[in-house]
Amino acid sequence: MSTILEVRDLTHVYGAGTPFERMALDKVSLSIEQGEILGVIGHTGSGKSTLIQHLNGLLQPTSGEVLLGGQSIWNEKGKCARDVRFRVGLVFQYPEYQLFEETIAKDIAFGPKNMGLSEAEIGERVREAMAFVGLDGALAEKSPFALSGGQKRRVAIAGVIAMRPEVLVLDEPTAGLDPAGRNEILTEIRQYHEETGATVLIVSHSMEDTARMADRMLVMNQAKVMLLDRPEAVFAQAEQIVAAGLDIPEITKVFLELRRRGVPVSPSVFTVEQAAAELRRVKGGGAGC
Amino acid sequence: MLKDVTIGQFFPGTSPIHRIDPRVKILLVMALIVALFLADGVVSYALTIVFLLAVIRISRIPAKMVVRGLKPILFIISFTAVLNLFYTPGDYLWEFGFLHISKQGIFVAVKMVLRIMLLIVGTSMLTYTTSPIQLTDGLERLLSPLKKIHAPVHELSMMMSIALRFIPTLIEETEKIVSAQKARGADFETGNLIQRAKSMIPILVPLFISAFRRADELAVAMECRLYRGDVGRTRMKQLKVTGVDYAAIAISLTVFVAVAVLGQGFGL
Repeated sequence: MSTILEVRDLTHVYGAGTPFERMALDKVSLSIEQGEILGVIGHTGSGKSTLIQHLNGLLQPTSGEVLLGGQSIWNEKGKCARDVRFRVGLVFQYPEYQLFEETIAKDIAFGPKNMGLSEAEIGERVREAMAFVGLDGALAEKSPFALSGGQKRRVAIAGVIAMRPEVLVLDEPTAGLDPAGRNEILTEIRQYHEETGATVLIVSHSMEDTARMADRMLVMNQAKVMLLDRPEAVFAQAEQIVAAGLDIPEITKVFLELRRRGVPVSPSVFTVEQAAAELRRVKGGGAGC
Repeated sequence: MLKDVTIGQFFPGTSPIHRIDPRVKILLVMALIVALFLADGVVSYALTIVFLLAVIRISRIPAKMVVRGLKPILFIISFTAVLNLFYTPGDYLWEFGFLHISKQGIFVAVKMVLRIMLLIVGTSMLTYTTSPIQLTDGLERLLSPLKKIHAPVHELSMMMSIALRFIPTLIEETEKIVSAQKARGADFETGNLIQRAKSMIPILVPLFISAFRRADELAVAMECRLYRGDVGRTRMKQLKVTGVDYAAIAISLTVFVAVAVLGQGFGL
C-alpha cells in the first residue's frame, strides 16, 4: 500500500498571542494509506476536528506540514492549491446546514461546478452521487429543504462525493440520526469505498460503528496521537482508552470484565461475531466459564 | 477573522467595576460622554485619561484588549485627524495649494482624535465589564418610566438581549458554513464585485435558514416556560444600589465636574 496523505510534526495553535491561546494539535505525525478506511476517535477537544481541517488545507498549520500524494499542500508563498479541496473531500458535522440551492441537483452540482467541469460531466456526477447515497433520481428537481433531516444529510454528503475525492473525510456522519439512518449512511459510505477505492476517514464518537468498518483506528487524546493501529490492537489497549475518557464498545467492556474475573478471553473483541467465536474458543479449550 | 471583533464583548470578572450596578454604570458612562465634550485643555484631557486608565486598571481588563477595540475605528480616527489638520484656519505653519496646516489645526486634530478614542474606550469599558443580560436589564429599568406612555420598553430590551446573545452564535455558525462551502471549492476572494456578491449566496442562505430555525426554537422554548411579556414578571436578580455604587458615583462625578469646570471655566 502506498501513502496518500502524510502529516508531519503538525502543530496548530488557536488564538496565538491572546489570552485564549490553545494548542489544538501538538506535533502530530501520521500517514494514511491509499484505499484504507481510517476511523478517527477522540474526546471533544482532542484535536480531531482541527486535524481533519488541515487535510484539505482549510486550516494552515502553525508549524509542520501536510503532504498529499507526496507533495506539500501549501506552497512557499503560503497558498494552498485549490485542487486539494477537490481531491480531499471534507463533509462537516451536520452538513445539512450548508444546503442553499433551489433544487437538490443544483446543490450537489455546487462542488463539481467549482471544479470547472462541463455541464454533461456535472449532470453525470450528480446522478452518480445521488445513487451512491441512495437518493431517488426523481428527487433531483425538488427543493432540498422539503426533505427529512436524514435525507438532507445525504444530499450534503452527495455534494462532496460528486467531486469524486480520492480521500473522503466525514466528521460525525451519523450524529443525531436514528439507528436505522446510521446503518444506512454507514453502508453507503462503505459502498462508495468499495466501488471507487477511495480512502475514507470517519470521525466518530461511536466506537461500535468505527471499529466495525475501519481498517485502522486513530485515537486522539489531548492534541496528540495516542494510538494508531488495527482495531484489534487498539482495543487490546482498552484500559488506556478508558483512562483517556473515551468509551469502548459494550461488548469489549463485557470481555474486559470477564478477564478481570479470571476468564482467559482475548481483550481485543469489539463485535458480537468475534465475541461468539472467542467464547466458543475458550469453552472448547476447556477453560470453562 | 470575525472573532477579532471586540466591541460589545464581555470579559467576566469580579472587580469593583464589574460589580457596579448596570444602571449606575450606564448613567456614569453618559456623564463621561458629556464630560468629554466639556473638556477643552491639556489639564482636563489629562484628568479624563488618568480616570479611564484607573478604571481599566481596577477592572483588570487586559490593556491589549482595550487597544484592540480601537482598531475598527482606526479609519474614522485618521479621517478626523487629517480633516482637522488641513482644514482648520488659523496661524499657518505650512501651506501647499489648498492644503494648509495651522497651529490651531494641530491642536484641534489631536483633541478630536483623543476625544473619539476616549469615547470608545469609555463606552467599551461598559460592555467589557457588564454582561449583556445586566446591560439590557439596566437599560430596561432606566427606561421603565416610559412604560407610562405605553412605550414597549420591556419588549425592546428583551429583543436587545436576544440579539446580543446570538451574536457569537451566529459568528460561529458563519465560520462553519464558510468552511463547509470552501471545502466544496467555493471561492470568496477572486472575481469582480458582482461575482463576489454572488459567491456570498451559499453563505447567506444557510445562515438565514439557521437563524430562522433558531428563532423558532427559542420562541417555543420561551412559550414552554410560559413567557408572556412584562406583566407580572419577577426577577431572580434584583438590581440594588450598594456601597460600591455610591463610591463609584461620588468619585466619577467629582472627576467629571472637575473636568467640566477646568475645561469650560478656565480653558485648561
